[in-house]
Amino acid sequence: MAHSGLSFESDMQELIIQDLHVSIADQEIIRGLSLSVPRGEVHAIMGPNGSGKSTLAKVLAGHPDYIVTAGSVTMDGENILELEPDERARRGLFLAFQYPSEIPGVTIANFLRAAVQSRMPEGEELEATDYYAQLYKKMDLLEMDRSFTSRSVNEGFSGGEKKRNEILQMALLEPKYAVLDETDSGLDIDALKVVSKGVNSLRGPDLGVLLITHYQRLLNYIVPDRVHVMVRGRIEMSGGKDLALQLEEKGYDWVKDDIDEPTLA
Amino acid sequence: MSNPSALLEEIAETALAPGRILGGGAARNEDLPAWFREQQSAAWTEFQTLPMPALKDQAWRFSNVQALDLAPYTLPVSLSDRAERDLLERSTELSEIAGRLVFADDHFLERDVLSEKLRAAGVIFQPLERAMIEHEDLFRRHFMTQPATLGSAKFAALHQALVRSGTFLYVPRGIEVELPLETFHWLHSENVAIFPHTLLVAEEFSKVTLVEHFRSADRSRAGFSCGVNDLVVGPGAKVNYVCTQDWSDRALGIQINATTVARDASAFNLYLNLGGKFSRLESLSRLIGEGGRSDMLAVSVGDGAQEFDARTLQDHACAHTYSDLLFKNALYDRARTTFGGLIRVEPHAHFTDAYQKVRNLLLSDDAEANSMPGLEILADNVKCSHGATSGQLDEEQMFYLLARGISAAVARELLVGGFLTEVLERLPAPALIVRLEELIADKFARRSR
Repeated sequence: MAHSGLSFESDMQELIIQDLHVSIADQEIIRGLSLSVPRGEVHAIMGPNGSGKSTLAKVLAGHPDYIVTAGSVTMDGENILELEPDERARRGLFLAFQYPSEIPGVTIANFLRAAVQSRMPEGEELEATDYYAQLYKKMDLLEMDRSFTSRSVNEGFSGGEKKRNEILQMALLEPKYAVLDETDSGLDIDALKVVSKGVNSLRGPDLGVLLITHYQRLLNYIVPDRVHVMVRGRIEMSGGKDLALQLEEKGYDWVKDDIDEPTLA
Repeated sequence: MSNPSALLEEIAETALAPGRILGGGAARNEDLPAWFREQQSAAWTEFQTLPMPALKDQAWRFSNVQALDLAPYTLPVSLSDRAERDLLERSTELSEIAGRLVFADDHFLERDVLSEKLRAAGVIFQPLERAMIEHEDLFRRHFMTQPATLGSAKFAALHQALVRSGTFLYVPRGIEVELPLETFHWLHSENVAIFPHTLLVAEEFSKVTLVEHFRSADRSRAGFSCGVNDLVVGPGAKVNYVCTQDWSDRALGIQINATTVARDASAFNLYLNLGGKFSRLESLSRLIGEGGRSDMLAVSVGDGAQEFDARTLQDHACAHTYSDLLFKNALYDRARTTFGGLIRVEPHAHFTDAYQKVRNLLLSDDAEANSMPGLEILADNVKCSHGATSGQLDEEQMFYLLARGISAAVARELLVGGFLTEVLERLPAPALIVRLEELIADKFARRSR
């Protein structure tokens, strides 16, 4: 059931993770993970707590605390492990954080402006009216009030507001690949619907999505093309969207029991 | 010593740059009233009597007292017409003001006069040398009446001995000046010494905002500014005072402030410190009437080998008074700060609320922050807190910004700006906040060049 059939043609529009090993403080958390997400598809990673899902998200984005000891990650053929986090983001990788940082004193407007400006050629200045027109359009999509832009980034935000803010950034920055880390956690049903609607509206042939979640619930709203099950730092099972339902029914122990059998490699 | 011109010769010979300034110095204050020159003479004697600060003085602990060598500095001579024109052109910060005074090397250059309405209401906004003649009683009642108790008595004496211009602002009872008033003090000539003075008197139930800008004409020139600003806030009055200090990084600056807050009055002081090699602020808020409130704010951004030294006293002399101090320092490179602050609640000043908070953001391993907060409580039913902390940029915040494509340099700027914003936002004047943020952004831009 391991992922196979990877291709390395240079024009591949895919995010490809190959035999990734990651440690933090000498403890191996990701242990030979392979996965590929083509643009245009939504892949869900499900797994129990402690399986390394969030570590995977942070490693892809380049968090300095984690050490990649082996393996590769390529985005449209380019090795991104050698790139700084900001370079990865400018190349088109986006991480929606499970716990977005609160940044007192920095307004949403200034923060997003800096993010958009960072994608422009050197010496070119962002046109303020265009920027706000774009921003307001995306905010309307996510049913966000205009006054939102003058608040400090995530400071005093409710769980729902934080997640909406993540999707707003995704909408504005138009990534090629988005990793959504537990975007459903901390959301009530209304917020979940708004956030899902936002993500669904961004789906399309130019975007690959890696959806990390603990619960099947989110996948009722954002229906994935593929579902992968991650246990103890590895993808142990992959399938179509029905796999999520099976998991919901049988629980993660079903997968764990399964992989305890030595025949499954 | 009673002969002022002998005084000035003596100054010329002994204090500042021996022999170099005889002509300019001797002529310096002949036009000022005799009573004023007599005070100057007495102050000069005091200056000579008092010892130079030493590291062992508690009030100068952690300070770089070597920076106080006054030998290189000379008294100003007159400016060329061209220099004056140039500086006048550069003397614009705020777009909407009620009036402006511009000084360069202690010469009064120009003023944008007050509106007819404000003048008719009795508002006075004029250079010191005119105010001491035209409004002698008023001026003498308030001029240099607060002793400098935070370490710089010697420099306060030097200031009084050599001051020759500055700002006198008087707002009569019940008058509200809506737009801010603005002043500029320029250090122009190499190694010049200036003595900017500001005396603000706000009578009962009046309201006014004064913004002062300290600038160097040339960022590569050294100079010395020894200033005093006294704010007298009458009952129920509301005063906002902002000082933006952006001297050249070779300048030495000493600023001595005393703010007196009467019953139900409110004083907001904000010092933005960006320039100077060594700059020291001594700030005293004295709360003398019930219901009085003083907010003492400062933002410093230091880099290179800059040093900012702040000594404060929140002096609660009356019951039911409130003071709140918030100083934030962002320090790059080898920059260092010292903060020594005391909250003193005098006997009978019951039901005082007094807060003091200092936050240092260390952006390099070599940056240094020294904090000495203190409390002295001699009354009951008092709410006081004080604390000083130092920290680095938060790595998770940094990663969050990087993960959005923002470069490390820009991310740091955003975070430092955000750190400082908490102070600026306390100022009840949104247009001013924007300008202060721009000045900070200019400093960041200078750094990145």
